[in-house]
Amino acid sequence: MSQADHTATLALPGLAAAAPAASARRVRVFGPRALLALSWLAPVLLVAVWEVLAQTGYVTPQVLPAPSKVVRTAWRLATTGSLLNDLGTSLLRAAVGFVLGGSIAFVLGILVGFSRLAEALIDRSVQMVRAIPFLALLPLVIVWFGVGEGQKIFLVALGVAFPIYINTTLGIRQVDGKLLELGRVQGLSTAQMITRIILPGALPSILTGVRYSLATAWLALVVAETIGAQAGIGFLAMDAREFLRTDVVVLTIVIYALIGVVADSIARLLERRLLAWHPNFGGATR
Amino acid sequence: MSAAVQDAPAAVRVFGLRRAYGPRVVIDRLDLTIRRGEFVALLGESGCGKTTLLRALAGLDPIDGGRIEAPKRPAVVFQEPRLLPWDSLWRNVALGLPAEGAREKAAAALAEVGLGGRLDDWPRNLSGGQAQRVALARALVQQPELLLLDEPFAALDALTRIRMHVLVKDLVARHRPGVLLVTHDVAEAIALADRILVMRGGAIAAEHRPSAPGLPAATRATLLAELGVIDDLKSA
Ligand SMILES: Nc1ncnc2c1ncn2[C@@H]1O[C@H](COP(=O)(O)OP(=O)(O)OP(=O)(O)O)[C@@H](O)[C@H]1O
Ligand SMILES: [Mg+2]
Repeated sequence: MSQADHTATLALPGLAAAAPAASARRVRVFGPRALLALSWLAPVLLVAVWEVLAQTGYVTPQVLPAPSKVVRTAWRLATTGSLLNDLGTSLLRAAVGFVLGGSIAFVLGILVGFSRLAEALIDRSVQMVRAIPFLALLPLVIVWFGVGEGQKIFLVALGVAFPIYINTTLGIRQVDGKLLELGRVQGLSTAQMITRIILPGALPSILTGVRYSLATAWLALVVAETIGAQAGIGFLAMDAREFLRTDVVVLTIVIYALIGVVADSIARLLERRLLAWHPNFGGATR
Repeated sequence: MSAAVQDAPAAVRVFGLRRAYGPRVVIDRLDLTIRRGEFVALLGESGCGKTTLLRALAGLDPIDGGRIEAPKRPAVVFQEPRLLPWDSLWRNVALGLPAEGAREKAAAALAEVGLGGRLDDWPRNLSGGQAQRVALARALVQQPELLLLDEPFAALDALTRIRMHVLVKDLVARHRPGVLLVTHDVAEAIALADRILVMRGGAIAAEHRPSAPGLPAATRATLLAELGVIDDLKSA
């Protein structure tokens, strides 16, 4: 920490008005590396405390099992049980729902983004349906699809559809009109206008939609799987709940969290790759 | 203007053009001919309709009367470079070219504007003057019969602007399109144009040939008077 920082932060309150730039600065006791280490140390410490409390019996296993127990359960289920199978089932549901809901929403979003007619026909209805919290449709969805795969995939698709639809239409509308004019001047065909100008211009917004939709897809899957599933991570959790196996329940929660994190990093990676030109995403120059 | 240019085919002809925004008539009975290889500068007070005329010639806006005989695709350079931020420089220059040989043509055009080494660079790594040079390359690579420039150098600093003048003059001499340059800069018009038009009241009100006998200084004074900057019309 530099001397200048030090004197700045020690400025008296009465002097702050005379040096607004200095007063706005924060106290820097730790460097960025130390802060990064600290940000990781804190959760590790939390888990350690949890482990100690569970081992010493302050927290009973029925309430919260020790982290080490969860890890052992994970290993056992993965090697001898159905964990990988359940994981695969859940991922497949998420993927199918995501692709179905995502592609329908993308096509609708493109239609509405391009055509005033399509907008008049489609947009208001979609916006009205969107006003319903999609989980409120759960009872109706069960009536329609029962509690089989259809219900789960439908819920995921529904959850995915809205963020992608909205961000696709938004992205297309926000394409710079001056660039569209340029396209006309350069004599681009309609197809070229779409591929060279409109879609690249809408891509940042579309990818934002994809990231949001990954989160809702996950939420939808968790809810859908807790109802009448015969396999999957949610089924594992419900099954374990009946036998008070909190170690398995915690394991499923951790798995949901991990997959959420992985999905988000994939989306970020996509953004960095596809938006390399964009100052907010790419960063590196070619 | 040389005899060769006088006999050259017209790059654009305008007869009795009329353009109105609602009740406000901006262009009224305007006639104009620009020949291939001829460099025409258009001056006029702010808001007199220069951009409106240029956009009509470019086919970007509808017209309310009269007739325009222009090539199917005039090239346009706007005040801003309007580069596609998601495309590399050569793809920007090649926008609208047939895919066959596009990269080679774009490379040649970029080399002409002094950016031959930056084919794969991003637009955001360019300075304002470099970006405008790419826009110029993109216009010229189309080999247009008519080149429309709407204050393309207005946003550049004085030194860069002078470099751009030299470049444009050189490029136009080589490619020989008909050029219409809209500008606010009287010195720029005198330096570049074969013919200077002054627009007022929705039509062409005056015409000058800076290369004709007579001092540029006289032309300059006349132009400034016609533009309402100095109110002494007899000084010329
Ligand atoms: N889209 C529009 N709707 C209504 N009026 C317009 C529109 N565009 C331009 N005008 C009006 O038409 C007139 C001419 O505008 P234009 O942009 O052609 O002027 P200009 O000569 O290019 O001015 P400048 O030198 O400031 O660029 C102005 O009075 C302007 O207010
Ligand atoms: Mg203008």
